[in-house]
Amino acid sequence: MPKMTMIEAIQSAHDTAMERDEKVVVYGEDVGFFGGVFRCTAGLQEKYGPTRCFDTPISESGIVGTAIGMAAYGLKPCVEIQFSDYVYPAYDQIVSEAARLRHRCAGDFTCPLVIRMPVGGGIFGGQTHSQSPEAVFTHVCGLKTVMPSNPYDAKGLLAAAIEDPDPVIFMEPKRLYNGPFDGHHENPVVPWRDHELGEVPQGYYTLPLGKAEIRRAGEQVTILAYGTMVYVAEAATEEAGIDAEIIDLRTLLPLDMETIKASVLKTGRCVIVHEATRTSGFGAELSTLVQEECFYALEAPIQRVTGWDTPYPHAQEWDYFPSPARVGRALQQSLEA
Amino acid sequence: MSNFPPLSFNVPTPELRPGDTPDFSGVEIPRAGSARRPPVDVDPREIRDLAFTIIRVLSRDGQPTGEWAIELPDEELVEGLRHMMRLRAFDARMLMAQRQGKTSFYMQHLGEEAISCAFQKALHKGDMNFPTYRQAGLLIAQDYPMKLMMCQIYSNAEDPNHGRQLPIMYSSKEYGFFSISGNLSTQYPQAVGWAMASAISNDNKIAVGWVGDGSTAESDYHAAMVFASTYKPPVILNVVNNQWAISTFQGIAKGESGTFAARGHGFGIPALRVDGNDYLAVLAVARWAAERARRNLGPTLVEYVTYRAGGHSTSDDPSAYRPKEEGDAWPLGDPILRMKGYLISKGIWSEERHTQAEAEIADEVLSAQKEAEAIGTLSSGSAPSARDMFEDVFKEMPPHLVKQRQEAGY
Repeated sequence: MPKMTMIEAIQSAHDTAMERDEKVVVYGEDVGFFGGVFRCTAGLQEKYGPTRCFDTPISESGIVGTAIGMAAYGLKPCVEIQFSDYVYPAYDQIVSEAARLRHRCAGDFTCPLVIRMPVGGGIFGGQTHSQSPEAVFTHVCGLKTVMPSNPYDAKGLLAAAIEDPDPVIFMEPKRLYNGPFDGHHENPVVPWRDHELGEVPQGYYTLPLGKAEIRRAGEQVTILAYGTMVYVAEAATEEAGIDAEIIDLRTLLPLDMETIKASVLKTGRCVIVHEATRTSGFGAELSTLVQEECFYALEAPIQRVTGWDTPYPHAQEWDYFPSPARVGRALQQSLEA
Repeated sequence: MSNFPPLSFNVPTPELRPGDTPDFSGVEIPRAGSARRPPVDVDPREIRDLAFTIIRVLSRDGQPTGEWAIELPDEELVEGLRHMMRLRAFDARMLMAQRQGKTSFYMQHLGEEAISCAFQKALHKGDMNFPTYRQAGLLIAQDYPMKLMMCQIYSNAEDPNHGRQLPIMYSSKEYGFFSISGNLSTQYPQAVGWAMASAISNDNKIAVGWVGDGSTAESDYHAAMVFASTYKPPVILNVVNNQWAISTFQGIAKGESGTFAARGHGFGIPALRVDGNDYLAVLAVARWAAERARRNLGPTLVEYVTYRAGGHSTSDDPSAYRPKEEGDAWPLGDPILRMKGYLISKGIWSEERHTQAEAEIADEVLSAQKEAEAIGTLSSGSAPSARDMFEDVFKEMPPHLVKQRQEAGY
């Protein structure tokens, strides 16, 4: 099986989806001729022509607003926001329009579109190139929110998102584009070609939205993570010598509560890890759900390890990024409670 | 049923891509001195032509010509040249520092030095710029300490922004330089609002909004234009058209007809289009627009026609999307060489003095760099404390942040 980086896998998802369905159109800032600033759409304009993959004006509200119109017409737009930090001008279009269109007209018009965006830090991007705004989308009814953690999942989930009949927010942890990253920034990046999840089928396939994946089976404590934090959790587990069960959520909404519940009922302990700021973050929702579903099985308070409630700093990046050491401390506290 | 042929979809494309020979013969460059200079209280409807021409002062043979030619004392002419030279030398050192791993990122001005350096000379103390990431000349032209700019770029312990922001996102209220945001065109309506506040307060200060050609596509740009046309506050709305928005040519933001300046017409805002590589033309137009603002005549839209000779940033490689030699072929030339030629012909400058000035400026930049590096760079030396990251989220730190700071070990 070919090895791909996450960038190549996302490019391949576009390519195979465009090949099998001429309704799929791909656009965004620098997406056409150049193939995207991260190269996720490389070669698509050359292969499918400038009417199916093209550059847009720098206008996120324009990108999403036109995509809604195209989706209503019957095309399947898959658009790129260059950094998730730049999605906010499109927020009105996403929240008031895309997310509600089906409901407000009882299905007369629908909005099958995908909005892709790189998220997360660890690249010295400062406050305008590092955010993880997943919770501002999971809070909106009518949106699906996906965040893959590896090339294989990225391709299959993006293809599924493009097929999906409803709007999907597709978040790509940019720190994982070229290899898994476990928070030890002093170490060189292991490239995806040396990782089993870098094996990606050349052809078209989908992975179901709403299904989590157990990355490491364990008995002592359940870790709920997604995106980059999956690898931070793995490192923390190994370094702390704890037999944790690590669940990669993959889709935040709809959420695979069945997998989460089975794990927490087994371990009786739960640590939630995300890079986004803590207050009203997605961890708050996860914590509540676990409490509601598993209260009588819990043997310790649910812990959250998150980014601090500050803008993402430039110089102090590694004091902000939830480190394996911080996750390790939370695991210990959970076990000692 | 319509009898017309099926529709087709229009996507503007630049005429030239990598491998092609640069050719700007299609870009119409009006003769220097050919544009008229109307009185500042002119009816906007009478100067629509000025949004389609290019106001130019320095002619091909380096002489100021026409109604926009302004008289400057010799020392101010030399100072203007030196500011542009200093900005270019500063950029070269900081680009190298980024390549050496001393910082994470840098954005240079190559070819665009005249715009911010000259524009600033039309402003007074107390006026406020709302700049983008390519107007450091606004600081350089006020002799803002280069060491402090470098400390910001290095995110070291003396960075005025405490290491919180990306390199080059300077902020200085004292120097009329609003905190740069990395988001695009968000500060255009803020400039209009600042000017509205000055008018509401019966003050005498003016504001300046800055945006690039690509970012005029953002909704915020259009919101700013609406408010400026409604309330007519003392604001200058600058559009720096350097032809490229990362890999995207200006025809994507503008479409294939008209000019960025002409967008002012729909709002009834007087609009001028100026040679951005001509220090004297930029200053003349800036003074005209500033006088309008100060005399309570309202906003002016100015498009600066220039060319981004370097990459968008250190993360960008322009050879992937445009011909390599395009910058050299740009018909408006190099702003420093043009100004230098004029000063030499005027007899107040010479090749020897230029070489000497280059050496002096190189020393000046290098010594500022040494001082900044003695404090620290992003990779070594003294850095802002991690504890500091929790400050300034609010004026008073709320209890949940105090708790998080303790959890972080500070």
